[in-house]
Amino acid sequence: MTTPSHVDVRDLSVTVRRPDGTLLRIVDSVSFSIPRGEVLALIGESGSGKTTIALSLMGYARGGAVISGQIRVGNASLDGVGPASLAAQRGNRITYVAQSAAAAFNPSRRIIDQVIEPALIHRTAAAPAARERAIGLFRALALPTPETIGERYPHELSGGQLQRLMAAMALITKPDVVIFDEPTTALDVTTQVEVLQAFRRVFREEGATGVYVSHDLAVVAQMADHILVLNGGKVREQNSAATLIAEPQDDYTRMLMSAAQPVVQAITPPAPKAATPLLEIDGIFAGYGPIDREGRPANPVLSAVSLSIGKGAALGVIGESGSGKSTVARVVAGLLTPTAGTVSLDGEVLAPTLAERTREQLRRVQIVFQNADVALNPAHSVGEILARPLRFYHGKTGADARRRVNELLDLTRLPSSVIDRRCGELSGGQKQRVNLARALAAEPDIILCDEVTSALDTVVRGAILDLLGDLRRDLGLAYLFISHDIATVKALCDEIVVFYKGTRVEHGTSDAYAAPPYHPYTELLITSVPELRPGWLADYPYQPVAPVANVTQSSDICRFLQRCPRSRQGLCDIAAPPLRTLENGSRILCHLDTSELAH
Amino acid sequence: MLHAARRLPLSGKIGLAIVLFWLMVALIGPFIAPYTPGAFVSEEVFAGSSGKFWFGSDFLGRDVLSRLLVGARFTVGLSVLAATLACATGTGLALTAAVGPRWVDELLSRAMDTMISIPGKVFALVMVAAFGSSLMLLTLIVAITYVPGNFRIARSLAVGLARLDYVEVARARGEGRLHLALVEMLPNMIRPLFADIGLRFVFIVLLLSGLSFLGLGLQPPDADLGSLVRENVSGLGEGALAVLVPALAIASLTVSVNLLIDAATQGKAR
Repeated sequence: MTTPSHVDVRDLSVTVRRPDGTLLRIVDSVSFSIPRGEVLALIGESGSGKTTIALSLMGYARGGAVISGQIRVGNASLDGVGPASLAAQRGNRITYVAQSAAAAFNPSRRIIDQVIEPALIHRTAAAPAARERAIGLFRALALPTPETIGERYPHELSGGQLQRLMAAMALITKPDVVIFDEPTTALDVTTQVEVLQAFRRVFREEGATGVYVSHDLAVVAQMADHILVLNGGKVREQNSAATLIAEPQDDYTRMLMSAAQPVVQAITPPAPKAATPLLEIDGIFAGYGPIDREGRPANPVLSAVSLSIGKGAALGVIGESGSGKSTVARVVAGLLTPTAGTVSLDGEVLAPTLAERTREQLRRVQIVFQNADVALNPAHSVGEILARPLRFYHGKTGADARRRVNELLDLTRLPSSVIDRRCGELSGGQKQRVNLARALAAEPDIILCDEVTSALDTVVRGAILDLLGDLRRDLGLAYLFISHDIATVKALCDEIVVFYKGTRVEHGTSDAYAAPPYHPYTELLITSVPELRPGWLADYPYQPVAPVANVTQSSDICRFLQRCPRSRQGLCDIAAPPLRTLENGSRILCHLDTSELAH
Repeated sequence: MLHAARRLPLSGKIGLAIVLFWLMVALIGPFIAPYTPGAFVSEEVFAGSSGKFWFGSDFLGRDVLSRLLVGARFTVGLSVLAATLACATGTGLALTAAVGPRWVDELLSRAMDTMISIPGKVFALVMVAAFGSSLMLLTLIVAITYVPGNFRIARSLAVGLARLDYVEVARARGEGRLHLALVEMLPNMIRPLFADIGLRFVFIVLLLSGLSFLGLGLQPPDADLGSLVRENVSGLGEGALAVLVPALAIASLTVSVNLLIDAATQGKAR
């Protein structure tokens, strides 16, 4: 190597002391170097030590962990023998972009004051100069109205914008290294693309060196020059991004790559539909806040939503956050009372509120929430959590219940030893299995899965999807499967519904989503999912669409108009879109027909 | 239990030891008292420490140790009773507000706001003046004074928990309000609530002692730690043990409870 590398890490180990006094190495002899102006990605499952390594570059170790080995960033080293220690460089020469920008900004201060704060604290620039540089960065990060966006407060901006603003904060001091810790994991796919594009552009312009931590190989392939694959604190493979993706050497890397594209074993489609579907939702309007005289809530979320699910069928619901997809599940479960419309089970209309539904009706529809951390009561053991629905719905107690709990654990492939453990002692995947087992304990006909795989790593996600597929085959369960990830939904469901701002914009079979034509919004969702090849982002065709000028959004015209790349003036901004059936059988809410959407 | 005690930091262990000591005194004190607490046994008033009277004698020549051993039972017993009563009522109402309909929450919260706006000591003084001073009434007054504070803390905890997914899941299952409150929510509030009970206990000890010091608390010949300080206050000038010992007893009881709470809640936060 001709130029000395900019970041140099030799034999980095991080050890923590377990409560019983023994030592545990969470990072084991990791070595790497990053040349100036390049980006290294650290990839692995949760618990692989990737964040720990990234933090140790700042000379920082969490909760009593001990760093050993040699770390050099620029001319600073860990032990401070060189001109400076790493810890002293934090926020100045070494900066950090956290996963949740929304939680990282102080809600009571203006954005610009927070963005330029590092420059003022470390005296790298005076306030006016720092402001100017911040506005330049805002422009490079493609933020709207770069001159004035800084005057706003965090709650006035979207998650994607805050994430970019946090990158601006990290770059304000012209640092040696910027550490990105899962910066797009919490974002919708469509927002993720915009943020990734902005990050790439600003990295080019600034010539910054970066460390990019992620569990998503496809995202990393777009951002990094080099990739380091970690598992259990050890390096499994280290190579340039292009080579690693094209010719993975290590088994673990191959497993990560296959997990990125979930495939669930094909399920024989359910028997021809009976006369009445299992679950039918008809013309639901729902929302939050006080209800006005016409029966509309202050914040409407769903308008005129109709769906039906047959026995043993799986219906997928996708959309961005705020599209109302979770609200559908809450209405079906009875947690939210709709202002209009009906939900029926086997042709029998369900009461809108929980209190009026019979116990038998409640038993047949079970809901599983996204975040198993808060969906399982921390004060109860796994056995207690599973025994409660058995007793409540089936009157099972004592040895009878104990036997059934063991069967449920077996069914969800959990070891029977977890029965007396609290949920806090389980891993993320195990918690989600307990969460599912609790729903299964009721022996329901349909399970409403609200983003059940979203908080999980790709590898664990694959295992849970397999389990859901098997349960469906063995028990004849129906699913209403809600997700923001179209790949997950395609893997599990027979039919998919796309939601946008509380309306159903497309409804078709899973196969129909394999190729165009589809609704322009579906197209945006599908093309926004990063592909596992470097250069995908560079080829990405969409630029943020400039909103059509002077359109006041009324409920009559297409809701997607503002963002639609295919919108036509004089058509889309005048009349409400018709519901049309495409040649592949999908029904969409759009003015354009098959031939216009096919290319 | 023993395991948890061993993991406490030193300050917590000291606190626990003193709290246990006082509980012990409250339980068996009257049985080991060397003299009848009301009997005049010493020729000398405000006598110093001696082999016969370990803590000397009081302003009437009674044995201070015996009076302390009996007085501690009143202070500790009344305070524990009142604190338990206050927190059980406050938490019960708070859970009702959290799982009940909106108007119940509104009604209870505004009622508690009204009560909290009346100063505790003044309320107690008025009640004693109106109804006289009896053990039962005293306990009730003190308990009522501390209900709103506990209600506020428990309600904010419960309302936060009520929005969590596991409570939602239980609700979707069709569970009744009683199950939601007692099985799903209460076990997750218990730690901060215990800290609150401890704190209320300290306030109640001080309020009871304060009332007794003013002569409105326990009536002679019964005496709690507060009345012991009051009746011997004329000995303060000569530094009589009769006034210092009960004052120190109050201090050690409240400080040790605080030490224990601090240590216990800190250890759990980690």
